[in-house]
Amino acid sequence: MSRLIAPAQHGSWPQRLLALARGRTAVIGIPYLWLLVFFLAPFAIVVNYSVSVMGAVRPEDIFSVVDGVRKVTINFGNYVTVFTDDLYFKAYVSSLKYAAITTAVCLFIGYPFAYFMARAKPGIQPALLMLVMLPFWTSFLLRVYAWKGLLGEGGLVAEFLIHTGLDQLMAGLGMIASPGKFMNTPFSLVIGMSYTYLPFMILPLYANLAKMDLRLLEAAADLGANRFEAFWLVTVPLSRAGIIAGSMLVFIPCVGEFVIPELLGGPQTLMIGRVLWDEFFSNNDWPMASTVAVVLILLIVVPLAIFNKYQAEAQERGR
Amino acid sequence: MTTQAYLSVEDVVKDFSGVKAVNHVSLDIAKGEIFALLGSSGCGKTTLLRMLAGFETPTSGRIVLDGVSLSEMEPYSRPINMMFQSYALFPHLSVWDNIAFGLRREGMAKDRIAERVESMLKLVQLGKYAKRKPHQLSGGQQQRVALARSLAKRPQLLLLDEPLGALDKKLREETQIELVNIIRDVGVTCVMVTHDQEEAMTMATRIAVMSEGRILQVGPPADVYETPATRFVADFIGNVNLMDGQLTVDEADHCVITCADCQHHVGHGITGSLDMAVSVAIRPEKIALSREAPGGAYNCVQGTIRATAYFGSFTVFHLSLASGASLKVSVNNAERHREDPLNTGDVVWAHWSDSAHVVLTQ
Repeated sequence: MSRLIAPAQHGSWPQRLLALARGRTAVIGIPYLWLLVFFLAPFAIVVNYSVSVMGAVRPEDIFSVVDGVRKVTINFGNYVTVFTDDLYFKAYVSSLKYAAITTAVCLFIGYPFAYFMARAKPGIQPALLMLVMLPFWTSFLLRVYAWKGLLGEGGLVAEFLIHTGLDQLMAGLGMIASPGKFMNTPFSLVIGMSYTYLPFMILPLYANLAKMDLRLLEAAADLGANRFEAFWLVTVPLSRAGIIAGSMLVFIPCVGEFVIPELLGGPQTLMIGRVLWDEFFSNNDWPMASTVAVVLILLIVVPLAIFNKYQAEAQERGR
Repeated sequence: MTTQAYLSVEDVVKDFSGVKAVNHVSLDIAKGEIFALLGSSGCGKTTLLRMLAGFETPTSGRIVLDGVSLSEMEPYSRPINMMFQSYALFPHLSVWDNIAFGLRREGMAKDRIAERVESMLKLVQLGKYAKRKPHQLSGGQQQRVALARSLAKRPQLLLLDEPLGALDKKLREETQIELVNIIRDVGVTCVMVTHDQEEAMTMATRIAVMSEGRILQVGPPADVYETPATRFVADFIGNVNLMDGQLTVDEADHCVITCADCQHHVGHGITGSLDMAVSVAIRPEKIALSREAPGGAYNCVQGTIRATAYFGSFTVFHLSLASGASLKVSVNNAERHREDPLNTGDVVWAHWSDSAHVVLTQ
């Protein structure tokens, strides 16, 4: 870090350290302050709501003064409901399932894409990168909505699948309810989510694969590894950071996704975002909605934290 | 030097879209040799090495190792291993796994892999570091891991690409000898690529000097240094004074070459016609300096010291001659303090024996 101090800076050591500390505090502090105000504080409010009781218009304060006595009313009832009511459990499981499937699909399509993009001639790489990002220039809603046309009756993709007879196979696999009908099925949901989130998989993978030292593949070949072995034993392990980053960028938003299931998913594909929406806007049950949200966050954060800890320990062991 | 060819490079050409990186190269390398390809960057030495490893395919010509043509063989099936420039160790694997990588690809039994890896670790004295990752090792240790990895499969041919290029000078000198000892112990035939002539001369049994895709001269280090075949080789290897002149006397036992500043009396005849233009190459350490004229008309020249460069063990004097040409003279500092030190501006005589010259016609 000391290299970051410009040599032109003068003054005694303590002063310089103080200046450095200030600079660092500002650089790190401002985003953290932002997160504190606009993430942690709202999250605290949400947690607060989740343990309170719904009043007429809004949740009641958990701190109250009744007859001069301070009272704290904490209601864990919603948590009990979330864990006992089948509806929530199913919605969570199905959210995690579709997010996992989407992540797998994105990885499956995105990895070769990123790989060949990273290995393409340096001259055309910017163009390929541009093509990946180009869809962002159109509204997200519009792009998802377009799939309705493609998969609906008479849609291009639908017609193609019917003509090739693939719809029979898909129905057999349970991806669609019955042959010829593609909308409002797990298939349409996963296709919509994979399509939307694919760039989030490709970009970190590309960044990772592009900086890989290609001589390592030559070294692998030199030591007797064929192309597949070299890929599997060198390229894949070295791109692990990219795989993890891409998978998280796809998985996490997919779990809580609301718009795509709403537009493309059917009643078969109940996802937690939908449940949350219903609790909040239809049932007007803020505490229940907050509980669902808190549990959703815990569901994602706890495994992540465990995974990170494991990673750190594995790193430590390596030393 | 007659060699029974173990590795034969037969009229190999590598054409990179019109540029001949390697231009009709033929080489015969004997079993157990340490052979160095020496040249400046872009001379084609690395391309030639990569063709041996299988990373490049010759445009024409053949490479034969121990009677087997390598032309159609993929890199991964060649009995050849390479120690890469800056090592190319797998960063995600431990030292142990790096060395075992090639053995596992062979499908060797686990206990035999363990045995081989242990013996390799012992060979390069890295037993304690087996569990470390490459980034936790120093440059010298990484170099040894790379060597162990490339030797683990007991290759028929070991390729070294700038083997010590990433080490600092002091460590490089120690490692040169260590590396040669290990290669000798293992007894593997070795082709190395280097741009560092000291490295080539210290390590190799024979050197091939390359320039612009061609091999200019092949021979043991001392031959290449003392009897360079061309002006380019003379100039490329070590320091040299090149003087252009004409052949004025050519007898069986001597010849005389007249240059602008002096006449060279060379102690052997050459094949050539009188008055032909030739160059005389004299190494700086073959020339002596004195204040008095050495007597005789040949092999001496008077000059003024224009600059001195002190290297510790020797000093190089840059003399300017009457014609304006300059002459480098290297003087060993055998004594700690010279009684009569030579200084810049002094007028001195440079002289040399009649065996100091190399007469070059090309």
